[in-house]
Order: sequence, then C-alpha cells, then structure tokens
Amino acid sequence: MADHHEHHAPTGWRRWLLSTNHKDIGSLYLWFSFAMFLVGGLLAMVIRAELMYPGMQVVDPDFFNQMTTTHGLIMVFGAVMPAFVGLANWMIPLMIGAPDMALPRMNNWSFWILPFAFAILIGSVLMSAFGPGNPPAPNFGWTFYAPLSTTYGPASTDFFILSVHLMGISSIMGAINVIVTVMNMRAPGMTMMKMPLFVWTWLITAFLLIAVMPVLAGAVTMMLTDRHFGTSFFDAAGGGDPVLFQHIFWFFGHPEVYIMILPAFGVVSAIIPTFARKPLFGYASMVYATASIALLSFVVWAHHMFTVGMPLAGMLFFMYMTMLISVPTGVKVFNWVATMWRGSLTFELPMKWAIAFVILFTIGGLSGLMLSITPVDFQYHDSYFVVAHFHYVLVSGAVFSMFAAVYYWLPKWTGVMYDKFWGEVHFWSSLISVNLLFFPMHFVGLAGMPRRYADYALQFADYNWWITIGAFWFGISQLFLLWVLIKACFLKKGEKATDEVWEGADGLEWTVPSPAPFHTFDTPPVVK
Amino acid sequence: MAEDKLSRVNRRSITKLMIAVVCMFGFAYALAPLYYAVCEALGIGGRTNSVPIVEVPEGMQKDEDRSVLVQFVTRSAQGMPWDFEPMERSVRVHPGEIKAVNFRVRNRTGEDMVGQAIPSLVPGQAAPHFKKTQCFCFDQQPLVAEGEEVMPMIFYLDPAIPRSVTTITLSYTLYDITERARAGEVAARQAP
Ligand code: HEM
Ligand SMILES: [Cu+2]
Repeated sequence: MADHHEHHAPTGWRRWLLSTNHKDIGSLYLWFSFAMFLVGGLLAMVIRAELMYPGMQVVDPDFFNQMTTTHGLIMVFGAVMPAFVGLANWMIPLMIGAPDMALPRMNNWSFWILPFAFAILIGSVLMSAFGPGNPPAPNFGWTFYAPLSTTYGPASTDFFILSVHLMGISSIMGAINVIVTVMNMRAPGMTMMKMPLFVWTWLITAFLLIAVMPVLAGAVTMMLTDRHFGTSFFDAAGGGDPVLFQHIFWFFGHPEVYIMILPAFGVVSAIIPTFARKPLFGYASMVYATASIALLSFVVWAHHMFTVGMPLAGMLFFMYMTMLISVPTGVKVFNWVATMWRGSLTFELPMKWAIAFVILFTIGGLSGLMLSITPVDFQYHDSYFVVAHFHYVLVSGAVFSMFAAVYYWLPKWTGVMYDKFWGEVHFWSSLISVNLLFFPMHFVGLAGMPRRYADYALQFADYNWWITIGAFWFGISQLFLLWVLIKACFLKKGEKATDEVWEGADGLEWTVPSPAPFHTFDTPPVVK
Repeated sequence: MAEDKLSRVNRRSITKLMIAVVCMFGFAYALAPLYYAVCEALGIGGRTNSVPIVEVPEGMQKDEDRSVLVQFVTRSAQGMPWDFEPMERSVRVHPGEIKAVNFRVRNRTGEDMVGQAIPSLVPGQAAPHFKKTQCFCFDQQPLVAEGEEVMPMIFYLDPAIPRSVTTITLSYTLYDITERARAGEVAARQAP
C-alpha cells in the first residue's frame, strides 16, 4: 500500500469495523470464534444436562434435537473454522515476510459477514427458547439430511440456509485471500519449500475450501428449491433421491473435516520443534503427507454412509481409501515423535498442549480406523462411538491445537507472557476433563447407545453421569482461558515478552518486536 | 511500478480461483445426473428401469431349472391417505418367464388426488436383471374421490441373473403429488 506512512491507525469502533489490517482482522476472528466456542459450549451443556440421568428432565426431545444441531453447526462453522482463519490472518503475513494479506478489503468483508450469519442462526435458537409459540430452530442434525431438512424441516430451515450461504461466502473469500497471499506475497528468498509448515497446511486447506464450500452452497440451494420452488432433487415423489443428498453433503463433509485439522497439523509442526530445539523431522514428507491427505479426502466420503445399502464394490473401495488416509496421517505422527526424540525438551504450556494433541488426536485416528472397517461400521454407525471418535479429533485435536497456538503466539500478539498459573490450571483441568468427557463415550457406543436421542436405556446410566460431570468440568475450565486472555490482551499484565519469546523458536515472526507493531515487513525481509 | 504489477498478478489469481469456485458450484448440481447415470449404468442402488422395456430379447428361454421368489412390499408415504396393496404378496418365477401382477389402490379421501409410486429393489445386484415391460410407476396415478383401481405391472427376470439370487424384494412407496401435478411441476416420472 502506497499510503502506509501517512496512514495512521483509525481508532475506536471504526478501527474494527473498517479494518483492513491483517492483525486486527485476525484478532476479530479469534475473539469471534472464542465467543462462538462459549455459545456452542453452552448448548452442549444443555445436551449433557438432559443426558445426565435416564428419562426426560430438562428439555423436550425436539428442543434436544435443536441443541445437537446448533451445537454442531456453531462449533464447526463458528468456532473451529474462524479460529484457524484468524490464526492465518495473524501469522501467514508474519511468517512469509509480507506487509499484510494480499486482499485487505476482501478480508474485512469475509470477517464481517460472519456475525450476521451467526446472528441468524443463533436468532432461531433464541426464538425457539424464548419467542412466542417457541417456533423450533433447525432440528435435523448438523448434517441436515434430506428429507428431515426439506419435507420435514421447520420454518427456521430457510434462515439456516441463508446463514450457511453467508458462512460459505466468508470461507471462500478467506481461502482466496490465503492463496493469493501465499502465492504472490512471499518475501524474496522464501521459496515454497522454505515456507513454515503452518503456511503450507493453510495453503492446502484453502484449496480444499475452494473445492468444497461451493458444493455445500449447492447442497443448501437445492434444499431451498426443493422446499419452495418445486424441484425434487431429494424428494423421491418427484423423481429425486434422499441418498443423493448424503452423497453431496459428504462430498463436502469429509474434506471439511480435514479443513478443520490440517491447520492444526501446521500449528503442532511449528511448536514441537521449538521446544524440542531441533528442526522438524521430515519437513518435505510433511508437505507431501498433507497434500496426499487432501487429495485422498475427495475419495472417501461414502465411509459416512456405509449403511445406506451400497454395492459391495463401493463399500470395498471406500473402505480401502479410508484406510489409506491413515498412512500419511501416521507419517505425521511419526515425524512429530521423531522431532521430539533426543531433543532438549522443555514443557512450556504450548508444548504441553501440542503433546496432548499428538496423543489424543492419535486416539481419535485409531477409532477412525476402526470405523473405516465397513462390517464393523455397520454396528458402530450412529452410535456414541462415532461421537467419541470425532470429538477426540476435533476437541482434543483441532481445539487443543488452537489452545497451543494461542499460548505460543500470545506473547507475540500482546507483548506480555500469559499468566502461567492460570494457564497451567486451564491445561490440566481441560486435559483430565476432556478424557472424562469423551473416553467413556467409546464404551457406551460399543455397548449400543445411539447418538442424537434425548434419552437412553438404563444400562448406560452410570457412564452418562460421569460424561456429564466431565462436560461441565471441561466447560468451566474454559473460563480459566478467558481470564488468561483478558489479562494478557486487555489488562496487559504479565512478564514482558522478548522479541524472540521462546529460546528455540525459529521463523520470521520472531524477528519483529513483541507486541507485533501495527505494520510489519513494510520492506520485505531477505530470507537466506 | 511494483505495486501495479502485484495487483495485476493478484487479480489474475482471483479470477482463476473464482472460476474454480463457480465450477465447483456447478459440480454440485452435476452430481445429481451423475449419480443417476452411475446408478443406472452399474445397476446399483436398487434402481430398476424407469421407462418400459419395449422389446423382449429375441429367443429368450425360460430357465426351468431354477426359480426366484419375488416379494412385493407396498407403503403409503407419511401423509398419503390411500390404501395400497399388492394382490399377491409374492410370486415364484423362472428367469426368462414373463409375469403379470396387480396392485390395488384406493383413495380414502373425498377429493380427487394424484399419486406417484416409486420402486426400490433389493438385493441391488438383481436390479439390472429385473425388467419391467409395463408398470404403473412409469406414470402418475390420478384417482377420483373414493376411487379405486387395479394397477398392473408386467416384468421378467433376465436369464443372466446371478444364480446366487433366490429372493427379490420389490418395494413401492406411494407419494401424494396432487399439488405438484396441479401446478404442472412434475411430468410423469421420466428417466432422470
Ligand atoms: C485416521 C483418520 C480418520 C479415519 C480413518 C476416519 C474415519 C471415519 C469414519 C469411517 C467415520 C464414519 C463413522 C460413522 O458415521 O459410522 C467418521 C466420522 C467422523 N469423523 Fe473421522 N476419520 C478420521 C479422521 C478424522 C478427522 C481428522 C476428523 C476431524 C478433524 C474427523 C471427523 C469426523 C467427524 C466429524 C465424523 C462424524 C460425522 C457425523 O456423522 O456427524 N475424522 N470418521
Ligand atoms: Cu469422513
């Protein structure tokens, strides 16, 4: 930007509303996603309160379904995805030596669409809970299978469709921005194979987003026309097929789960070398593994639909392809472990989160491998075992990696060290409670407890009581993080951070002052 | 200036990416015909022919050595106030034998309505060998208030049907399409 030097940072609300600065927009994304994390968490507490004891106590079954639906949607599209976009905004320009994102105005748009998208979605939850006549919010599960969401969807489904369209537009703009930035704005000497792995994983994620968010948009548009404009994409009566919906949804859905985990791989690949004081083991293999995971993710979608009645050849194909994905995933886990092997390890908080990530994500990967075995999946499908699987990969995977990232880069963002005591409390409290919360779900799932019901057979009672205790405990633990963040971001209290922050840290972001000034790399650094 | 060059390069990248976005949106729509094409071509998903077979292969032989039990299941979709039942619950046929069966529908309401039956067949491997030369499911079924009708379906199993198939279940679900038919939104169910 030519006017950088005359240009002073605007102040007050205009600074945020009109911002085109990657750091400010990054902060907006991060705070927004944290807010959604707490809202989505609150809905989960309603689910767990109902499931604490067998029988119906707290809410009625339809409201329960609205909770599982909106919890999933808010966590996936409101908490995890924007968190990584925020991280990309903050870190990618700093990591590749660029002054800002390539398309700052579009960046502003892609953030400011989100509050509207979620106001619409959360609005229908509020209407359902407190509005006159309690019109139901979306209640068909986050996967919004037709015909539940078409023929039987409540009126709020149309708001949901609009909201998903907005989220999609936001993600696509964010992805375009990342790709253009990484392709065109790297500092001289920053070749592709010198880029930090976080940049690589985000670049590949952005391509996944470009490929599948339009498919999601197509799916909800078809729903809309099926509902109101007389088409029958998913309606057998008019020659359509509800199973087609599942194919389209999961063609989006499986790459989507990698959209949520690839940036996490990047974060962990940045943190482990720092605290092992060794370069990342197998950098090139990490890049290739990420790319192969992304490519394979397009040919495994039907592992979510083994039970729809596929031909044998189809089931075998999707089973083998799914198992194949564990190979590059395994390569990554081995590389992280090999990076730690004989390193001079220290266990600062970011490292603790990263190690917890590696172990717990691997548990989720293993249950995924179990689910990929078709005949076995016939039993596990739509049981709590699946719930356990995806919470291990998403909560103790994606979310833990976000926590690791926050503790790792917070000193760079704010200029002060996080509160170590409350940070440790946050870590240990979350670590224990997350396992109490999700591990027993494996057992009740294997024993046959189905997901998405407001009640269960008596035999599952004790486990569910413990799961609920874990859930409340994990929820409350996140308030410690809130305090750590308030203290560092707003009160600016804490030990002053050096520019390098971490002794073993490597990368351009550590060459700028802490806190990172409003404008960095106005003149590009030279990378040797 | 370098700035201009950069924004030109950026614009080119954005154009390419936007084209990709539009193509992928189109791809979502393309998945619908693709899905039906793949299902028909491979005979999967329990889809049987959706237009009548007009010519029975010349010299088709009845395979007297084996027979297959064909069962019929009928169901009215939620909110469809018609009675719908097969007149025989099952028939035993030899591959190559042409067989006619009948289904009875009755409109229980006091209004003229239009129904549409949608077939589905298990096991999937048998679907490509199940040939219908006539079926009520190829058309819509208008019925006057309190009206009743017997609807025929004529089929044969092509003799190439795998020996492992000994039982076939053909199920029909009957949907209410009165409003759509009135609005002219659905023509008779055609090959998608
Ligand atoms: C080793 C890698 C993985 C394998 C083999 C795998 C396999 C599977 C399979 C077969 C299912 C379907 C289970 C069923 O519904 O019956 C499933 C569900 C799921 N997986 Fe994975 N998975 C893997 C990694 C991941 C990762 C990394 C994520 C996300 C970060 C993830 C997120 C999910 C989600 C969200 C569902 C449930 C979707 C739903 O029905 O609501 N998985 N996985
Ligand atoms: Cu999947």
